[in-house]
Amino acid sequence: MADTVDNRPPASGRLAGPANPGRRRLSPPAVGARPATTRDRSGHFIRRHRLGPYLLLVPSLIGIGLILLWPTVQIGILSFQNYGLGQVSGAAPTQWVGFSNFTNILTDSEFWLALRITVVFAVVVVVLTLVVGTLVGLLLHHLGRRMATFVSTAALLAWATPVVSASVVFFWLFSPDGGIVDWTLSKLPGWLGGGAHWAGFNWTTSGALPAYTVLTALVVWMSFPFIAVTVLAGLKTIPAELVDAARVDGAGPWRSFWRVTYPLMRPIFLVLLLLSIIWDFGVFTQTYFITGELGNRDEYNLSLYAYDKAFTMPPSYGLGAALALVLTIILLLITVGYVRASVRQGATS
Amino acid sequence: MTALPQARLPHPGPRATHRTRRRPARRVARRAALNGCGVIVALVTLFPILWMVSTAVKPASELFSLTPHPLPAHPTLGNFAEVMNGKAAGLGISFWVFARNSLFVTISTVLLASVISLLAAVAVARFRFRFRSAYLVMLLIVQMLPPQAMVISLFVDFRGLGLLDNLGALILIYAAQALPISIWMLRNFVAAVPKDVEEAAAIDGAGPARIFWRILLPLVAPGLVATSTFSFITAWNEFIFALTFLGTDQGNYTLPIYVQYFFGRGTADWGGIMAASTLYTIPVVVFFLIVQRRMVGGLVAGAVKG
Repeated sequence: MADTVDNRPPASGRLAGPANPGRRRLSPPAVGARPATTRDRSGHFIRRHRLGPYLLLVPSLIGIGLILLWPTVQIGILSFQNYGLGQVSGAAPTQWVGFSNFTNILTDSEFWLALRITVVFAVVVVVLTLVVGTLVGLLLHHLGRRMATFVSTAALLAWATPVVSASVVFFWLFSPDGGIVDWTLSKLPGWLGGGAHWAGFNWTTSGALPAYTVLTALVVWMSFPFIAVTVLAGLKTIPAELVDAARVDGAGPWRSFWRVTYPLMRPIFLVLLLLSIIWDFGVFTQTYFITGELGNRDEYNLSLYAYDKAFTMPPSYGLGAALALVLTIILLLITVGYVRASVRQGATS
Repeated sequence: MTALPQARLPHPGPRATHRTRRRPARRVARRAALNGCGVIVALVTLFPILWMVSTAVKPASELFSLTPHPLPAHPTLGNFAEVMNGKAAGLGISFWVFARNSLFVTISTVLLASVISLLAAVAVARFRFRFRSAYLVMLLIVQMLPPQAMVISLFVDFRGLGLLDNLGALILIYAAQALPISIWMLRNFVAAVPKDVEEAAAIDGAGPARIFWRILLPLVAPGLVATSTFSFITAWNEFIFALTFLGTDQGNYTLPIYVQYFFGRGTADWGGIMAASTLYTIPVVVFFLIVQRRMVGGLVAGAVKG
């Protein structure tokens, strides 16, 4: 992140380096002989106590505090309560139940299944997304101008497709009834894994593996363009001379990637890795559609499991909140790594 | 997505001036292989979108034929007509009602998020104050909080306030969700505006308001376009809050919930569902294509130092 506040070259021309540019910028031009109005006085007060930046931050702090931070705290509170239909409608008093929601979860085999599905899916999808995205980024870097525009426009379209549209389309592609994938697989020769038994294969209701295969294809398809574009931007910062030098020394593309490109772009890859984990951990919308809109309990990931517990009749917001808290804590632990990586690179200066 | 630091680059050595000479035949083969890969990647990437559109223009008789064809033999706009006149999902409500709801929510979100994040970005980029770093770290953390967790407590809160089935509630939530990334990106654009220009204007007698409208705003406009793209997409695509909050009043549905409702009826009216998805997808794709240059620029400015 460019630290333009400090690294600015000395002011050229009329103004040379004001001592406190922030304050000077907001000071009114020569107030003159006007009588002091309330507005002037309050302006004076704000400047004197250097309240300017804090006032500018107030709206964002209110929005973030009330709608992002408080609900997260509240998840923690709800997870220790027996909060259901009676409590939400005000008919029954709130009951504190200690850790019973958590013991409830930890002894539930469905929780462990959902956790396993969530973790395995995240690992597979993150690795695939990074590999595919990096390969496409490298490809874009080496393609001619027109071909690169064509490929990046295609990637842009995948990126732009709303998640609900993409989910519905993939459901249809893999539909047992008229879906193109089952048809293609049933026509493929056996040595390619095809065969007539694929006709009418139901990817949604045949357990976790088929459903999450579709989800992997869907999530990788949606996520690789961002990785590709970011990797491409990183590649453009590497001087071609370095890569050429490696080639002169006899390094092939594989070696020159790992010896030259990767070390230089490691900070970018680190952040992409952490972001991908955060985004692909507990994917809700796509999973909601591909696993058939709640109900296939053996295909739940943590997000669906929490949502089902909280909202399916009879609702148990406390139990759902306990699950959501587990999800939030896992994501926050990953986020700590992300923030540390960012701060180390001077992103917050 | 915003904090990608630039790789530190050593100076190219003297060797860099040497270039390998490859035989033309090899270079042609290499180029052909690369272009082949490019075509394959582009086609695989485009296929789901093409299939969505081609299904949308197929008559029902062709959808379940034993050999699916990529292009319809008898293309029809019948699916679109049914989506438009509201016959499709059995709701009796035209697509335009949902499109209007989505547009209203999205545009309000973009405006609200832009104003609030511009104020915050000016504070962060132009002032040094206590808690500045803490605020920035807070933004990084907050943008990672999972909405699928928050939806539970926000549902309880907004139910208590009687704000379910209310598009205004969604606007507040979407704008708040868009804030961290918008502020994070905009601060770079504000910081990139030379302070000299503002100071010169101040010396020439321009007040803070005038400096803001005449100098700062035009100069950070590209940044606003980039951040607006993100809040636009956040609001246009958002699913889980709309699904949870918009329950009983179908006239309030946003487009993703309309598509979900249509899909969830289990009628297998894939022509109609794909027509609805296509119509829902078009605006955001058009928006993407219009701003793509600026957006990728903005993304990279936010993502990669320098």
